[in-house]
Amino acid sequence: MAILEATSAVPNIEAFLEQDQRKGLLRFTTAGSVDDGKSTLIGRLLFDSRGVYEDQLAAVRNSTLNRSSGPIDFSLLTDGLRAEREQGITIDVAYRYFATPKRKFIIADTPGHEQYTRNMATGASTAELAIVLVDARNGVLPQSRRHAFIAALLGIPQIVVAVNKMDLVDFSAEVFARIREEFDAHLKRLGIPAAYFIPVSALEGDNVIVRSPRTPWYEGESLLERLESVPLDHGATERPVRFPVQYVIRPDLDFRGYAGQVVSGTVRPGDPVMVLPSGRTSRVKSIVSWEGELAEAFAPMPATVCLEDELDISRGDMLVHPGKMPHVSRHFEALVVWMSAEPLKVGQPYLIKHTTQQVAATVTSLLHRVDVNTLAEAPAERLELNEIGRVAVETARPLFFDAYAANRATGSFILIDPIGNGTVAAGMIQEPHREPDADRAARAALLDLEFQASRLTSAERYARAGHRPATIWLTARQELAYLLERRLFQRGTQVHVIAGEVESPILPELAALLTAVGLISIFSGLTLDAAECERARERVGADRFFHFDPESLPTSDEEAAEQILAALEDREVLPRTRFTEQEGI
Amino acid sequence: MSNRLTHLKELEAESIHIFREVASEFARPVMLYSIGKDSSVMLRLAQKAFHPGRIPFPLLHVDTSYKFQEMLTFRDEYTEQIGATLIVHRNESALADGANPFRLGTQKCCGLLKTRSLLDALTEGGFDAAFGGARREEEKSRAKERVYSFRDGAGQWDPKSQRPELWNLFNGRIDKGESIRVFPLSNWTELDVWHYIHLENIPVVPLYFAKMREMIVRGDTLISTEHEPRLLPGEKPQMVMCRMRSLGCTYCTGAVRSDADTVPKIIAELVGMRRSERENRVIDHDQEGSMELKKREGYF
Repeated sequence: MAILEATSAVPNIEAFLEQDQRKGLLRFTTAGSVDDGKSTLIGRLLFDSRGVYEDQLAAVRNSTLNRSSGPIDFSLLTDGLRAEREQGITIDVAYRYFATPKRKFIIADTPGHEQYTRNMATGASTAELAIVLVDARNGVLPQSRRHAFIAALLGIPQIVVAVNKMDLVDFSAEVFARIREEFDAHLKRLGIPAAYFIPVSALEGDNVIVRSPRTPWYEGESLLERLESVPLDHGATERPVRFPVQYVIRPDLDFRGYAGQVVSGTVRPGDPVMVLPSGRTSRVKSIVSWEGELAEAFAPMPATVCLEDELDISRGDMLVHPGKMPHVSRHFEALVVWMSAEPLKVGQPYLIKHTTQQVAATVTSLLHRVDVNTLAEAPAERLELNEIGRVAVETARPLFFDAYAANRATGSFILIDPIGNGTVAAGMIQEPHREPDADRAARAALLDLEFQASRLTSAERYARAGHRPATIWLTARQELAYLLERRLFQRGTQVHVIAGEVESPILPELAALLTAVGLISIFSGLTLDAAECERARERVGADRFFHFDPESLPTSDEEAAEQILAALEDREVLPRTRFTEQEGI
Repeated sequence: MSNRLTHLKELEAESIHIFREVASEFARPVMLYSIGKDSSVMLRLAQKAFHPGRIPFPLLHVDTSYKFQEMLTFRDEYTEQIGATLIVHRNESALADGANPFRLGTQKCCGLLKTRSLLDALTEGGFDAAFGGARREEEKSRAKERVYSFRDGAGQWDPKSQRPELWNLFNGRIDKGESIRVFPLSNWTELDVWHYIHLENIPVVPLYFAKMREMIVRGDTLISTEHEPRLLPGEKPQMVMCRMRSLGCTYCTGAVRSDADTVPKIIAELVGMRRSERENRVIDHDQEGSMELKKREGYF
């Protein structure tokens, strides 16, 4: 067997190192209940793949004498702390390591009791695969459903269902098929496309490392074969660039590098970047590393990025591709796993840690609680330890985020109790917060005000002002907004910028009002979202509305302003003066 | 596979992320520098994390005075070479009172010269975060250790009140007097460490490499004669081809018989031998669960 050859006798160390060096890393989590043999399964994996060192094994033999007698108790290899050993159960997440000639593995081993949802979520947060154990004798129990739910909640891309204790049901193909059918239906409800089912006996080793002759009807891979062959690439390097700035490196006045981890996408020298929250743009000058300058840095590589322009950037800022922005908002909805003995209180101050930002936050409402066993959603007054709920969150400063389903790194956060300092919740961002009804009513009231207020016609205003009104929707790039304002002012127009971290659903109506009174107004704010843009276009009128996608504009503010002025002339907001300007040069 | 990091590069990325988080979020971090192979790897990772800048925190060596001379020479030369700031701390009062492993026994000696001394050094320096090279794979109680391990005002560890740690979002909030021990190598194995040393050409103390050394042979354990330990009846020092698998004090760190005098040979030995590296540390075997007890008291 390949594993034994590579570990017990090494004929050529250079060849071994060469092979070992190219290995990938798979992090997986295991969840199971007290009696379904999870610890035994892990012990078996570690033991049979030679991960258990001889002397550790000897230590286990010593302590086994104190408990029940019999063969080696593999579960003792994985139960760590004294308190757990005394109780005979694991109560926390334990990390285990083993390697085969093909891969290195990190196991996050978590207990399966209902009250330890928080541990399962912790283990699942970094895992790319989950092994869910089912006891063949008992079929699909509530805890197995719960494990699958938490795996789905934490976005684990791959699920393997190990139907254990097959030796106790005579390796029955029917039992296996029945469990598979039942569990598959549950997984479909969770939105998990395809799980991999394997009949095993952890105690006797069937289908753990090698395929068992006792399940001739099973044509799939053994558990270890599956772990060695499951794809590792989940497309993180293809997703939009997200580079949260962790640390600014300034060894001297000539060097300023932004250090961080590329959490998604690929960064290359020459790429345009936008800095959040300032909205300023630049290009990547170089990617500096200990090994020299890099041609690219892809997720999850650490990188130190130098930009072509000197911008004011600090920890908590994020570099993104200007055309592929994350959501920028102080409001969002999230599913949270409550991890503190103190229940969640709506309106109480917390701290949120999200990428490299840590800001004050409050949970503004608890929308519902999710029953981990039935998936049913029900209204709730509060959220207790190990409960899961959907909440609306408001932060003191805008966060730059994606939905968790689209990006685990920018969609995840923790809540911290600012008094006790503990981590009280883990959150998965769902989607930007919707406009409350009260704001809609306020908007309607403003509409009335505008149309009853003025009896002047747009023609009269044009005759007076010498230009037509317009709404220019710039989203990010505040500096460009101010430059454009200056240029338009110099051209004799009535112009005004509305910028900053504004986030008000009445902005489209404000735009309509300002346009109606004859002004050119420039809206620049990172928190303006696509829905507001569309409403503004509708309210203002398509012929008076100019939306510039940051990606389509030149990265230089000067050039971008020129392009926008040209567009305003083309659409006859401004009189054509460009030929005279050119003659003047 | 081209856009996928190898396991060592992925571990490196994780560790660098941790170094930068701590340097950003804590007022006064320090790196516990034990001169061993894990410390050597930590140093290289810290260099990478802040390149082309310098490592933005000092190194702290808790010197029990029972370390090997080769370790101290290496420590002074290497830290100077890379331009790191080094603080050396000894529990001088305990040493003046004659603390030594032969008189006090290894448990009390370690408590005074290592644990007490470390806590004093951290308090004196006002350090709020201390990097350590511990790995989860080393010992059972460490398998559940967090990357950010919270210590109360007395530097103690409570396995029941550790903060849950999700994704790579670390919670570094502490009150005055409290601190966090940070373990950037949590997910590395001994094999990973050696392989990385090999690939990166990282200098390590020559004690790791086999040569003829004067030793006391006591059962399966080889004890260095450097600090003149007491001989049991019938024992006498002899020359043995051996090396250290982990480095501590001369008395408590047994050597293993070996002829591995290069890093690849050490790795070959490691994958062939399959014995855990702490096996030769007298201290872990004092009683079952002893590492957990030491950690509760403040040991790294």
